[in-house]
Amino acid sequence: MREIQASAITAVVKRLCIEANCHLPQDMQECITRAHAEEDWPIASEILERIMENYSIADTRNVPICQDTGVACVFLEIGQDVHILGNIKDAVDEGVRQGYAEGYLRKSVVGDPLRRVNTGDNTPAMLYYNLVPGDAVRVTVAPKGFGSENMSQLKMLKPSDGVEGAKDFIVRVVEEAGPNPCPPIVVGVGIGGTFDQCALLAKKALLRSTDARNPDPYYASLEAELLARINSLGIGPQGFGGKTTALAVNIEVAPTHIAGLPVAVNINCHVTRHKSEVL
Amino acid sequence: MAIKRIQAPLTESVARSLKSGDSVLLSGTVYTARDAAHKRIVEAMAAGQPLPFDPQDAVIYYVGPTPAKPGQAIGSAGPTTSYRMDAYSPALIARGQRGMIGKGKRGPAVVEAMQQYGAVYFGAIGGAGALLSKCVRSAEVIAYDDLGAEAVRKLTVEDLPLTVVIDCEGNNLYETGRQAYLAAHSK
Repeated sequence: MREIQASAITAVVKRLCIEANCHLPQDMQECITRAHAEEDWPIASEILERIMENYSIADTRNVPICQDTGVACVFLEIGQDVHILGNIKDAVDEGVRQGYAEGYLRKSVVGDPLRRVNTGDNTPAMLYYNLVPGDAVRVTVAPKGFGSENMSQLKMLKPSDGVEGAKDFIVRVVEEAGPNPCPPIVVGVGIGGTFDQCALLAKKALLRSTDARNPDPYYASLEAELLARINSLGIGPQGFGGKTTALAVNIEVAPTHIAGLPVAVNINCHVTRHKSEVL
Repeated sequence: MAIKRIQAPLTESVARSLKSGDSVLLSGTVYTARDAAHKRIVEAMAAGQPLPFDPQDAVIYYVGPTPAKPGQAIGSAGPTTSYRMDAYSPALIARGQRGMIGKGKRGPAVVEAMQQYGAVYFGAIGGAGALLSKCVRSAEVIAYDDLGAEAVRKLTVEDLPLTVVIDCEGNNLYETGRQAYLAAHSK
């Protein structure tokens, strides 16, 4: 059995918090560049140019792309043949604490949802564990801003609503969000599972590269159809009108109950950040 | 379209000259406030207590910046979503607030107050905090330091690029911009 010190996880989480917030993944940059080339509406085109300029300023000056440096969503895929020495949760939170302090990132977490006092160090992380075969640990940090998180929705559809009902719901969520989540957006969709699993699928869909389609051709074509429908809404970058409302629709699915058709839509802005490292 | 240069504090006559869809570059003094600061300001107003700044002709930027690195005036500083301030804005507009900088939709009560008193809602580019921070020359916390990123700051800005989203007559670029795009692409 391989042993890994919890402190090694702290160091990785710290580094990933800073890197994810200052350097946008390559696929997102390419996605925006492509969208800009295809955008024919002047104000939309202008905004996409400013957005690309912003990425480049953040990248070269090593400053956060967006002031909402998010809650730190941390996904650990832990190999079954790994023994972690020390407390994993504490190690992750320590990584977030150090990363948000040393990276000059914003502390945006309140310790209680109703009494609302800032924890001052952006902890705790939103932490997810997954046991997988092997002897490695894969750490993913995805800082999630709440302008887009607030526009997300989940609905327990009926099986009779079918694929048309699911499509209408997804498009309606994007239309209702309008300019609020900083379009152009990335749309994470979860279909199936239980109430809770469905929401997590939608969040995990946002971790997938925007140029990778669902491996199932049925869902890959659904992703393409939804993207086209969303981009015919006319909302455009920042909601000022234009073609580019969404950059990608990523769908993740899971088996579900005979009585149910849960659909979750987790919206992310054009600053869709995530970074991984394998220990 | 020509870009207009405007100054904050914003006078009523300049505010009324701005039209939905105008591109502007704003210079001068603006104040930052988000959810928690708005709540305190409006509570202080209701209790007749002193306010962190004079609302008359003031422009408020809905932003909670990242901490400044050494040598920076401010960290990344883009707009937050404005509808969360809808509960507080009408009271501030009634006290003279002239401009709001944010992103996203506003409720009917805010638009009504804007029309009644002559106030403008500007959109800054959401998710462009690194770019926008370059327009901030100085930043100073003037109230509610305990709120951290949400404290009230006095900013001196130069040529902050903004779009007039909702003007004093209630014209709304979120509606007209989308309609114009769809009309031009329906053929």
